[in-house]
Amino acid sequence: MKRLFPILGVVTAVLLVYALYMALIWAPTEQTMGNVQRIFYYHVPSALIGFMLFFVNFGASVFYLIKRKQAADIVALVTAEVGVVFLTVNLVTGPIWARPVWGIWWTWDMRLTSTLVLWLIYVSYLFLRRFSSSGETPTLAAALAVLGALCVPFVYFSIWFFRTQHPQPVMGGGGSIDPRMLHVLLINWLAFSCFAFLVCWSRYRLEVLQREVDQAHALESLMAPRGSVR
Amino acid sequence: MKGNNAYLFAAYAVTWIIHITYLATIVSRYSRLKREIGNLRKNR
Repeated sequence: MKRLFPILGVVTAVLLVYALYMALIWAPTEQTMGNVQRIFYYHVPSALIGFMLFFVNFGASVFYLIKRKQAADIVALVTAEVGVVFLTVNLVTGPIWARPVWGIWWTWDMRLTSTLVLWLIYVSYLFLRRFSSSGETPTLAAALAVLGALCVPFVYFSIWFFRTQHPQPVMGGGGSIDPRMLHVLLINWLAFSCFAFLVCWSRYRLEVLQREVDQAHALESLMAPRGSVR
Repeated sequence: MKGNNAYLFAAYAVTWIIHITYLATIVSRYSRLKREIGNLRKNR
């Protein structure tokens, strides 16, 4: 497994560079928006990967609630954290794209607002994990994650059900996309998915090590001589 | 149109700043924990 990580790292780096080339150079220039439309190749995959990670978080949380396995709890924490990072990218690149195209940085339409609410829910999940020291924290967090995951399909389908400032979906729904643009989008989605996997793997290893250190400290406290001041 | 390129590069730059910052925190915490666990094992 340890040898696989650097190999995947190299493959991911190559994919990301290739995806960047495709997005900035190979992809055709959009007629109305011009080059700024190329933000699409980072903005959309970030959202999709965030949603995928929250879905995994949901599965891990349910598994934890049923089986109480520590590995499931770690996967839930890791995927929530990395999912928040990707959704942050989505929420930041969106306004940067919106400013030259819509003339505004932000609007309180259903897609943007629901995405922000989803981000806030998972940030609150991370706050709970970080600042609660109760033994029930993993259980409470898992319960919050199960509820939070219900927002993901709401965010995704919001542009189908509501009239929004946000463009219609390009895959399915009312929108359409040039096949070359779709090709570049899928390549960026693949590249960032591999990147997200590696980041999650790294964060998982970090969390395992953190728990090992916490256990070692706890053991040291138990084995400290009686009457010793800590 | 040319002015819009600034927004494009800003979006790409911000994306990588966020990802690299997060990765840097993971690496930094990992190194610190490795040192800490090494010290704990020495003290036993």
